[in-house]
Amino acid sequence: MTTEIRSTTWVNTNHPAPAQKPPVTEVGPIGWLRANLFSSVGNTILTLVTAVALYFIVTGLVRWVSGAFWQPVWENRKLFAVGLYPVAQMWQPAAVLLMVSALFGLSAGRWGSIMRNLGVGLAALLLLFAIIPIGAQAQLVMAAGLGLLLIGYGVGARVPIPSRWLALGWVVSLPLTFILLGGGVNLPALGVRWQFAPFVEVNLWGGLMLTMLLAVVGIALSFPIGVLLALGRRSKLPVIKWFCIGYIELIRGVPLITLLFMGMTMLPLFLPSGWGNPSLLVRAMTAITLFSAAYLAENVRGGLQAIPKGQYEAADALGLSAFDSLRFIILPQALTKVIPAIVGQFIGLFKDTSLASLVGLLELVAVGKAVIQQPEWLGTPGGIAREVYVFIAVVFFVFSYGMSFASRKLESKLGFGKRQ
Amino acid sequence: MAGHAEDTDIIIVRNVNKWYGDFHALKNVSLTVKRKEVVVIIGPSGSGKSTFIRTINRLEEHQSGEIIVDGIPLTHDVRNIEAIRMETGMVFQQFNLFPHLTVLQNITLAPIHVRKMKKKDAEERAMQLLERVGIPEQAHKYPGQLSGGQQQRVAIARALAMQPKIMLFDEPTSALDPEMIREVLEVMEELAESGMTMVVVTHEMGFAKGVADRIVFMDGGEIVEIGTPEHFFTNPQHDRTKLFLQQILK
Repeated sequence: MTTEIRSTTWVNTNHPAPAQKPPVTEVGPIGWLRANLFSSVGNTILTLVTAVALYFIVTGLVRWVSGAFWQPVWENRKLFAVGLYPVAQMWQPAAVLLMVSALFGLSAGRWGSIMRNLGVGLAALLLLFAIIPIGAQAQLVMAAGLGLLLIGYGVGARVPIPSRWLALGWVVSLPLTFILLGGGVNLPALGVRWQFAPFVEVNLWGGLMLTMLLAVVGIALSFPIGVLLALGRRSKLPVIKWFCIGYIELIRGVPLITLLFMGMTMLPLFLPSGWGNPSLLVRAMTAITLFSAAYLAENVRGGLQAIPKGQYEAADALGLSAFDSLRFIILPQALTKVIPAIVGQFIGLFKDTSLASLVGLLELVAVGKAVIQQPEWLGTPGGIAREVYVFIAVVFFVFSYGMSFASRKLESKLGFGKRQ
Repeated sequence: MAGHAEDTDIIIVRNVNKWYGDFHALKNVSLTVKRKEVVVIIGPSGSGKSTFIRTINRLEEHQSGEIIVDGIPLTHDVRNIEAIRMETGMVFQQFNLFPHLTVLQNITLAPIHVRKMKKKDAEERAMQLLERVGIPEQAHKYPGQLSGGQQQRVAIARALAMQPKIMLFDEPTSALDPEMIREVLEVMEELAESGMTMVVVTHEMGFAKGVADRIVFMDGGEIVEIGTPEHFFTNPQHDRTKLFLQQILK
């Protein structure tokens, strides 16, 4: 029925009209092709050009990958994984892997959402390395990790473990990792010396394990420091405010590599004399943490600025203390708003750990450089640098993409019914 | 906290002045509100109504004069400010619900963390309040999923959950679509009947006429006229009041 637009009064007697299916050319595969690939002459040309370019890139890549010389990467897999960590004590990194797998499983079962996504990613990796013949013992460890992850998931999904305990588990897992990898606790400054296995000096830690440690410690420590700096920058107390501004601007004005070198040479100057010389690893971690915290503070500040004044007023009017208002109202909202920025920054931090290779830490990139220098590959035509760096790039990509994927999941989960 | 001059006066405001920079926003404002009284403040925009109501729970700081709420003098002392805020609930024009918390969490947050109520008790009470404002079925939704009128009713429930002695309403219906104003006003009317002390800034003349014990007319940062609804709508004295009522009632 069409509207009688010439009449003064008109009543739609056909209301409500039955809904009809859209025309076939608009939906389905044909509609999709038309709308997305061939909607205009220009669009059609673009589609064809892209298809040709893709063809060359993909075939070229496949040809290179299948013909490339992967033996150096394969034979040095232990070096890429853990660096020079003593073979006799490999059960210690294995224990860390099992601990993390179990924690992931429990968290995925208990919390679901992004922990489940990350857990699936980890499970896929563990499964992959349990199947690839990297070595019977290592495969066994991977399979055990997968088993623990699945058991943890089952337990977490059924037993209502308090979230607090699980969070505490994660917090404790970090120092525990250091103790497990180190073979004990050796802190001469505090007069503590306890060991369950021969001490493994940190200069022997390396490879992906060290890259992960640098990144995780950097993220875990820079997050609270960054939040405090962001809050401090908005403080009404001038001393705190100006200290935070000074810190943030100073650090942001300096390249990370400079901070790393300064950490190597200058950190001992700032520590009490009895503390001796912190290890290379601690110095690099300090530099990375302090660097990341300054950037994080600026991201968090952006989130804080986006919170409407009404939220503070509502919290005040309810009688919430300033601390409770921050804890329950302001920070949860501010941090949610800047998840993409924060995760982006953490991905950056993860990749920036490669700079630690320049100050003598044997992380993934440094291992790669060492492998390229190994005498047995010197005669290889064209060298082996391409294979090694492509391998390292793939490793970085897998973890960076995992983080980015998790961040998108987290964002959509925390969207709280978009209308506002 | 005891020792009130007159026990029936729950809010005492004496000669309050406030400036924004050089702008004199409140000029010697004085008002006393009795227990269980409903006072409606009307006036043109920019007349200082909102500023005035917001000084009562220190969302705005006044520079001179005296404010005493339920015997507690409003000073710079944070303990006094927090004590007064526990006694006064506030409802805002823009609702100001916490978007990251469910309706139930919005209501129970302050009782749990300020009044130190047990979570279970707080939730029970929250459900009673949601029942009272007519939307118990929305308890587990987020504010963003509710209509404006529903959000404002949640905001009222949230304020009531702290068991305040006074409720302050700052233009509670001004941001609502016309068809939702009624549902919020009905909740406020029921609240007034239950004996709650209320100070309401509003443009709803029907509400002022029907519910207010006294109406306060403000203009240019001053109180111009105070009277009963009958006095206001039949026999306003000041020229400024007459002009305003003429404009608004047309």
